[in-house]
Amino acid sequence: MSAAAAIIRAGAAADQRPWPRHALSRDRWQAMAAALGAADAPSLQGVWAEAERVHALFLDAGSPLSASVEIAGGTYPALSPHCPAASWFERMIHDLFGHAAEGGRDVRAWLDHGAWATAAPLGPRQAALPPRVGAPEPPEFLLAEGEDLNQIGLGPVAGAIAEPAHLRLTAQGETLVRLEVRLGYAHKGTLGLMRGTPPRAAARFAARLSGSATVAHGLAYAHAVEAALGVVPPPRAVALRAVMAELERIRSHLDAAAAILAEAGAAFLETRFGWHREAMHEAAGRAFGHRLMMDGVAPGGLATDLAADGAAAIRAALEALAAELPDLVRRLDRSASLGTRMAGIGRLAPDLAAGFGASGPVGRASGRGGDARLVPGYPPYPALGLEVPTRAGGDVAARLRVRLGEVPQSTRLLRALLDALPDGTIATALPAASGEGLGVAESSRGTVWHWVRIEGGLIAAAFARDPDWLHWPLLEAAMRNGMLEDLPLCAASFGLTSSGVDL
Amino acid sequence: MTIWQRLRHTLRHGPATLPAAAPSAETAAALAARLDAAAQRRLGRSLAIRHVGAGGCDGCELELRALTGIVYDLERFGLRFVTSPRHADILLATGPLTRSMAEALARTHAAMGEPKWVVAVGDCAIDGGVFKGSYACLGGITTLPVDLVIRGCPPTPWQVLEGLRALIEANAAPAR
Repeated sequence: MSAAAAIIRAGAAADQRPWPRHALSRDRWQAMAAALGAADAPSLQGVWAEAERVHALFLDAGSPLSASVEIAGGTYPALSPHCPAASWFERMIHDLFGHAAEGGRDVRAWLDHGAWATAAPLGPRQAALPPRVGAPEPPEFLLAEGEDLNQIGLGPVAGAIAEPAHLRLTAQGETLVRLEVRLGYAHKGTLGLMRGTPPRAAARFAARLSGSATVAHGLAYAHAVEAALGVVPPPRAVALRAVMAELERIRSHLDAAAAILAEAGAAFLETRFGWHREAMHEAAGRAFGHRLMMDGVAPGGLATDLAADGAAAIRAALEALAAELPDLVRRLDRSASLGTRMAGIGRLAPDLAAGFGASGPVGRASGRGGDARLVPGYPPYPALGLEVPTRAGGDVAARLRVRLGEVPQSTRLLRALLDALPDGTIATALPAASGEGLGVAESSRGTVWHWVRIEGGLIAAAFARDPDWLHWPLLEAAMRNGMLEDLPLCAASFGLTSSGVDL
Repeated sequence: MTIWQRLRHTLRHGPATLPAAAPSAETAAALAARLDAAAQRRLGRSLAIRHVGAGGCDGCELELRALTGIVYDLERFGLRFVTSPRHADILLATGPLTRSMAEALARTHAAMGEPKWVVAVGDCAIDGGVFKGSYACLGGITTLPVDLVIRGCPPTPWQVLEGLRALIEANAAPAR
């Protein structure tokens, strides 16, 4: 066991389910932080806060490991000096709660652009803070010094149809010397809106953290609530949740493939992948009454059952895709120009992917094989079995291939699930109880974590860790010293979204 | 699939693009009433759209991207998404308008030439949707004069298409 994991496990176990949270003293937390630089240290998944406490979540050989420390004097010891992946989380905690990371690597504002009525809107001292007056300060970007450097600001309104994000490019001629991302434009105050509502009602916020992964977020949230309250969803709900999740995965991979191929200039392939994506949308609409299956998953089970002709609609869409996919992949293989366009672009080194705990296609294309459906795992996947395709290239081509490799896997899972759908009810009632729970689900972009604290049947505190928290900084790294013109292609291959990270 | 197989498939199954019914005459008439004759002449039957994601969840954006594919084929109606606001006739906004996006939205609108339309797409853009009352949101596209709203969370591509085609009809209506 690594030194950091040993320190965490020695902490008193608090009642977080299904994985305990280890409450550390300030000294032990600091010792844990110092041990995070070791090669065998557990991989940081997220850091979040509530009024009096900061939590950190790690994966130690695939199993979740939680630690927490109490806030003292408005501060807690920072993790970022030893673990760069913690930096964005520490900035978020400061902006939302006012807790300062003592010794933090980067103390610039993150989600807070100065436009809210007060600072630290979720913090314990919010009511005592003075209202803001005057225009917000302009954002501060990392310094770029050198001969013939150009700075280009892109966004928050950029691209034809895109989420808001600001990319600050520092270029030397056609070479991108540095890419710095500024997010937070889509901060909707989701965590604040969830507080004080019953878990069933708060599910609509979880489902709207990221539209392209609405099922995965809904599922991870439901897992967290069910763990906190000790509720087990009925077998039919478990199977249909997986149907929704796999349908969303195929649709998202097709969407990303179409976007990558559009940037690579492969119009025919883009069109065909786009057509199949639309077929998946339609099938989901017929099966569950909503093209994105938003609000389909509810804590305790499902909100909507499968429509009478739903299984047939899904099967027909899968059949059409399975019939054409090998031909499309063959065209991709045979096109030398397309291969050249994508090979070696936006290469992400395996050690960086590991250091930032990358998951999903971003991690798998750089050799990381984890999948939350299997490890830590949740029903029904361990019983169904699953192969997780990985690549070693770490470039645009590898990320596209990983996505396309997951489509037949999900197709097989969907067919198996639809062939053996259990009968029965679709939801278990939630007790108005208290508890703390951690939930996980694998989205098409990677692992989604949700954490909730429920007190007397109401959400007291919550956090959602979208996988792109750790993927945006990796996009910055992958584009370093790349060509300016390759940025749209590389960004499409990462397929990142803002809303899930902006909260 | 060889080119002959594909040709045979296309001949047998017809085009992938779905046929569209006529847009609502009522909406078109209401919109036309908001436009003066000079603006009608200038805009004609082709409209360029600048999308602004004002902090939504990406659900509306997903459905907007679907519009540009072959199934809905937005361009057959003379509608297209553009990247520069200076080329745009329509500002199409999604999301509950987060406070952090208010300035970017205002600047995009200001950069567009007259005459221009503002379309709010999705429940969030209309009144904040589920994010109504958040400290971080302004409760929909409240800072601009909205000409057309398209409901839904998110609206289907058909619903968006129907609304946008009503705008085309309004522009093409005979001058009063």
